[in-house]
Amino acid sequence: MTGLFEFLGLGASAELLSLSGWGGNLLRGLANSLQIAFGAFGLGLVIGLFGAYGKLYGGKVTRDLLAIYTTVIRAVPELVLILILYYVGSDIINKVSEGLGGGRVEINGVAAGIWVLGVVQGAYATEVLRGAINAVPAGQIEAAKSYGMPGLMIMRRVTIPAMMSFAVPGLANLWLIATKDTALLAVVGFNELTLETRQAASSTRAYFTFFLAAGFLYLMVTLCSGAVFARVEKWARRGQPSLKGGTS
Amino acid sequence: MTGLKELMQPHRIAMMLVFAALVIWCAVSLRWDWIPQYAPLALEGLWATIWILAVSTFLGFLLAVPLGLAQAVGPWYLSIPARTFCTIIRGTPLLLQIWLLYYGLGSLFPQFPWIRSSELWPYLRQAWPYAVLALTLSYAGYEGEVMRGAFSGVAKGQLEAAKSFGMPRFTMFRRIWLPQAVRNVLPTLGGETILQLKATPLVATITVVEIYAVSSRVRADTFIVYEPLLLLALVYMAIAGVIALVFRRLERG
Repeated sequence: MTGLFEFLGLGASAELLSLSGWGGNLLRGLANSLQIAFGAFGLGLVIGLFGAYGKLYGGKVTRDLLAIYTTVIRAVPELVLILILYYVGSDIINKVSEGLGGGRVEINGVAAGIWVLGVVQGAYATEVLRGAINAVPAGQIEAAKSYGMPGLMIMRRVTIPAMMSFAVPGLANLWLIATKDTALLAVVGFNELTLETRQAASSTRAYFTFFLAAGFLYLMVTLCSGAVFARVEKWARRGQPSLKGGTS
Repeated sequence: MTGLKELMQPHRIAMMLVFAALVIWCAVSLRWDWIPQYAPLALEGLWATIWILAVSTFLGFLLAVPLGLAQAVGPWYLSIPARTFCTIIRGTPLLLQIWLLYYGLGSLFPQFPWIRSSELWPYLRQAWPYAVLALTLSYAGYEGEVMRGAFSGVAKGQLEAAKSFGMPRFTMFRRIWLPQAVRNVLPTLGGETILQLKATPLVATITVVEIYAVSSRVRADTFIVYEPLLLLALVYMAIAGVIALVFRRLERG
């Protein structure tokens, strides 16, 4: 193995990327990135589910407020939103802490990242889930209502399973956006993969080696999640007639 | 478009009053005295944002057409590289691509004496060529995928009709295939252009002075946190609104 690297003239790169070198830092950064992406995606889903229900069944004021939320979030660059939400979040927590008689609180980077990206993801998830719920035939929900099912049970037993197949492609896209948006947290100084890469690159001056390695890691995450979501979509579509090979 | 009557519902009027009160509160109690001092710089930054956006979407679209065509109908030795390019661009964060180009190429170029002595060197030493290059490639990667769908979505009968008229292949492409494909994806292109606008602040990280960089500088100089960011968000919303309007015009016309 080592001989092969030497032969290709990559000996120096392999040494730099080894786990005892900077490779370990890169992997730690990747773990941080994935942790935030998972958290933000989950928070986004929760916000999106409530948002979609609010937009579809909520009162006039709720609907207008949600429209403002989704429009504003989708029109302003993520980087700007991240800064605003980061400062607002830390200000609020510090105010609360001072109000309770505590001192200034040092904010956990992972929690801040999840909060910031989750709010951004929530806006997109709202639109995706609203479209998916709209695509569920109204008769199915009416049938559930006529059986006297309570709202939460309808959601759990009818709406969510029926909308899954419509929502999965959009949600897969959102997950990919979440993984890539974690890179933006580098700008606020959080140690995720991109910032770790930059630190490694600037202290060894081997820019291409590290940026290409990080690009490879991101690409692996993207490709693996693509495969996973293809499985999930197949599962969500189970029992439905296939769209391919029909008489069209 | 929402009519005036729809806007004049009681709850909307109440919300507008709350919103107006919020704006007035912002204007009165927040600090805006830094604006005159930074206005010239901000205008320069705004201009930089707009031209970087315009140039990179234009060049990116030109690049996306062959990428889409190669993926839709090209032979394997063209379609595989095109698909690989699109996958790589879409699978990695733009920030990483920008840093790879700027720091990577920027550290590679000075090692070659012939590049240092060439006429292009004064430009290669600045940051904006790398910013434009990275944004162009990114737009091309996303749009290549969109154009692939667009090209394969054009009705076959139209192309066959053109062929039966004896139209040369390039004329057919220029008169029928491309216009139809672009027309079908105009709404998507509008959305992608707004996404591209939202990607422009990333180039501030490689020292290009555009509107986001100006707001960061105000924050660093004066320790005023929220006001520049709020104004910045408003500016981006305004530009996004203009882009949406332009594309709506294009779709209709």
